[in-house]
Amino acid sequence: MENPRHWRIRKQRYALVGEVCPHCEAKIFPPRDVCPNCGGEAKTQFNFSGKGTVFSFTVMNDAPAGYEKNLPYAVALVKLEEGPIVTAQLTDLGDQPVQIGMPVEMVTRRIRDDGDEKGIIVYGYKFRPAMSSAQ
Amino acid sequence: MREVAVLGIGQTKIDEQWEKSLRELAGEAVLAAMLDAGITRADALYVGNMMSGSANHQQHLGTYIADWVGIKNAEALHIEDACSSGAAAFRSAVMAVASGAVDVAIAAGVEKMTDSPGSEITAELATAADQDWEASQGLSFVALNALIMRRYMYEYKWERDHFAGFSINAHANGAHNPFARFQEPISEAQYRKAPMIAEPINLLDASPMGDGAAAAVLVPAEMLRRGNGRKVIRVVGSAAATDTIAIHHRKDPLWLSAAEKSARQAYSQAQIEPKDIDLFEAHDAFTIMAALSLEACGFAERGQGPRLAMEGEIRPNGRIPIATRGGLKARGHPVGATGMYQIVEVVQQLRGEAGATQVEGARYGMAQNIGGSGSNIITHILMCE
Ligand SMILES: [Zn+2]
Repeated sequence: MENPRHWRIRKQRYALVGEVCPHCEAKIFPPRDVCPNCGGEAKTQFNFSGKGTVFSFTVMNDAPAGYEKNLPYAVALVKLEEGPIVTAQLTDLGDQPVQIGMPVEMVTRRIRDDGDEKGIIVYGYKFRPAMSSAQ
Repeated sequence: MREVAVLGIGQTKIDEQWEKSLRELAGEAVLAAMLDAGITRADALYVGNMMSGSANHQQHLGTYIADWVGIKNAEALHIEDACSSGAAAFRSAVMAVASGAVDVAIAAGVEKMTDSPGSEITAELATAADQDWEASQGLSFVALNALIMRRYMYEYKWERDHFAGFSINAHANGAHNPFARFQEPISEAQYRKAPMIAEPINLLDASPMGDGAAAAVLVPAEMLRRGNGRKVIRVVGSAAATDTIAIHHRKDPLWLSAAEKSARQAYSQAQIEPKDIDLFEAHDAFTIMAALSLEACGFAERGQGPRLAMEGEIRPNGRIPIATRGGLKARGHPVGATGMYQIVEVVQQLRGEAGATQVEGARYGMAQNIGGSGSNIITHILMCE
């Protein structure tokens, strides 16, 4: 029952495909066809770079049903370079402490595993410490 | 529009009520409110509830509860508005009586959470957030609030300990409320040592869930003025506003714009200002929400909410008492019922029936119920004539 729901937004989940407003040039993610900034129609596709910084974060010690296998995991509000904020998990952190303002970049990872019962494995965006800044 | 008054109130203790079903809880509160009001029939019943469909496999609660309490043939509706379902039911009843369509309306809120296992309840609570773009990333409702609190502490330079006063005040007041889930005071040391749920939110920042129901009977105020010797508690402000469903879409994620808008409207309807409010039942689901609510409703400057807690101004004898019967933090947060508990508690205060935590001479009481992470906020102001 959940398959179509995840499939429908695959472009966003795998490639951060959003929109740009032709009227005010606001970048929009996820796409919603009406610009939240100026209210004009916005259907022009825009591919986000996947680069951003941590706006806020926390660590999940208790997970909702379906996410227990990842515990504990960090989640964040990531402010994308182009403007919008997205809610996502952080990954590949190693021993690196997370901080507000830390540069991150988008990667595709397994988000949720429903196990043998339903067999759906959901992949999508997560953010890892930006490679360029780690060098 | 007719003036509307609260004639009766009822509530159950919030707890893990293993022996009681969804309808038994709702019935207990509704029948108590009807008894308090001295009525045996009603024209309409509005039932606020968030998750009976998933947690109890029961929808259609309007009919389900009307049938159970025996108000035969009454109009009845189930109203869902996430954690603000209770206030949404109350507002529906207020509008029905004010419009003249209905003379005697009952508003109830009920949530039966312990029929579902913990991780499922966590997932069900997260359905109040944006499923595709927040919850499906693996965030719980606590996590969303933790994101707000962390950023708030960063921008306004607060430490975790500065939030302790909210929790301490709530528990101190809950100790005197026989309907509260927790009836023991807590110390600052206990707050500091509480286990972390999702940093920076620890167990004593977060409200406990529970099973519970609360209800009120509403009638035209003129009906009461004919004299039954009782105080007339009138609804003088009722307003609701929305914000984006996802936190990440807000221009300022640290500002409850829907709280500001609905509170302003309610003040204007009541023809009063924030300084006239004698007590405020705020939606302290998390300590950060108490701080943000105080700011948005005009009791504190932006970013300065915790100061009111540190200075004791939120206690029953302070400048703006909140959580006077324990708040969500100590009384408990049976999500869809919470808004009705707030109304019941404001009525207790205005009647002078709040015992040890009575706010002296309370005339105006405000209740504010938040749905989602600040996405749908309903404000009511009640006045004792
Ligand atoms: Zn635009």
